[in-house]
Amino acid sequence: MSTNSHNIAHHRDDFGSKMGMWLFLFTELILFGGLFIMYMVYRVEYSEQFHLAAKELNLALGTINTLILLTSSLTMVLSIVAIGRGSKKISIFYLISTILLALGFMVIKAFEWGAKFSHGLYPGGTELANLSNGEVIFFGMYFVMTGLHALHVLIGIVILSFMLVFLLRDKINKDNYIKLEAGGLYWHLVDLIWIYLFPLFYLLH
Amino acid sequence: MEEKPVHQEHKNSPGYGYNILIWLTLISLTCVSVAVAGLDLGAYILLTALVIATIKSTLVINIFMHIKFDDPIFKLFFSLIIFTLFVLFVLTAFDILYR
Repeated sequence: MSTNSHNIAHHRDDFGSKMGMWLFLFTELILFGGLFIMYMVYRVEYSEQFHLAAKELNLALGTINTLILLTSSLTMVLSIVAIGRGSKKISIFYLISTILLALGFMVIKAFEWGAKFSHGLYPGGTELANLSNGEVIFFGMYFVMTGLHALHVLIGIVILSFMLVFLLRDKINKDNYIKLEAGGLYWHLVDLIWIYLFPLFYLLH
Repeated sequence: MEEKPVHQEHKNSPGYGYNILIWLTLISLTCVSVAVAGLDLGAYILLTALVIATIKSTLVINIFMHIKFDDPIFKLFFSLIIFTLFVLFVLTAFDILYR
């Protein structure tokens, strides 16, 4: 804050940039928060059917994806720590690792969804139509909430790829890496939402 | 004052080791939550899962998202959002449980 007047002279306001990013993240929290409220309402109403439907989900793949996302959050942080210390190559390495882990998450997600689709468990699917109301709602919310989350992962991959280009071109450097920090904040939010999605959908035995 | 614009680095920003320690904690907590879900805890299943998830998210927000080391205004704003969501959850819960 004390360097604000100085930064304005150079058309830079790191504090403002970060605040802007956080304000955007708050809208994301409210968006997902609304979905979680919907989840709570239906879970109270269809408690037993939710447990029954959750047995269809692949716990192993869900757990692996949780570990992948947590690790990608770590590599994201380490990338920021590295550039703060002026280690460009290490920062690039960790940022690429983060993007690869994100892609890994999407590949596993694709297999997971693929298995559900092949069993006819998709909105409008043959098998799903034969299930009870609660199970249909469970799968509906599973696809909407993990789908919206997966969309955020995809957007995250695009954002982090731009950050990688900025890093390679020295647009992000030791003295100016607020862009990387903002990208990192977005990525951690994706991780944060998954931390709640995982137990609510996969750990329901 | 600096000679040239430098990143507003916080002096107490944690390094590699500290972040790796947090990551190890997060991984362990995930393993615990999966293991605990296998037990027959009845009504406490949801509670334990949510408590563990909240511990994990607190670590991510404070350390990975730097809330702990940044200007307190971020912490204040974040708390306001969480409080708003909490109120919405509680009011909705009252509605569906005691309708």
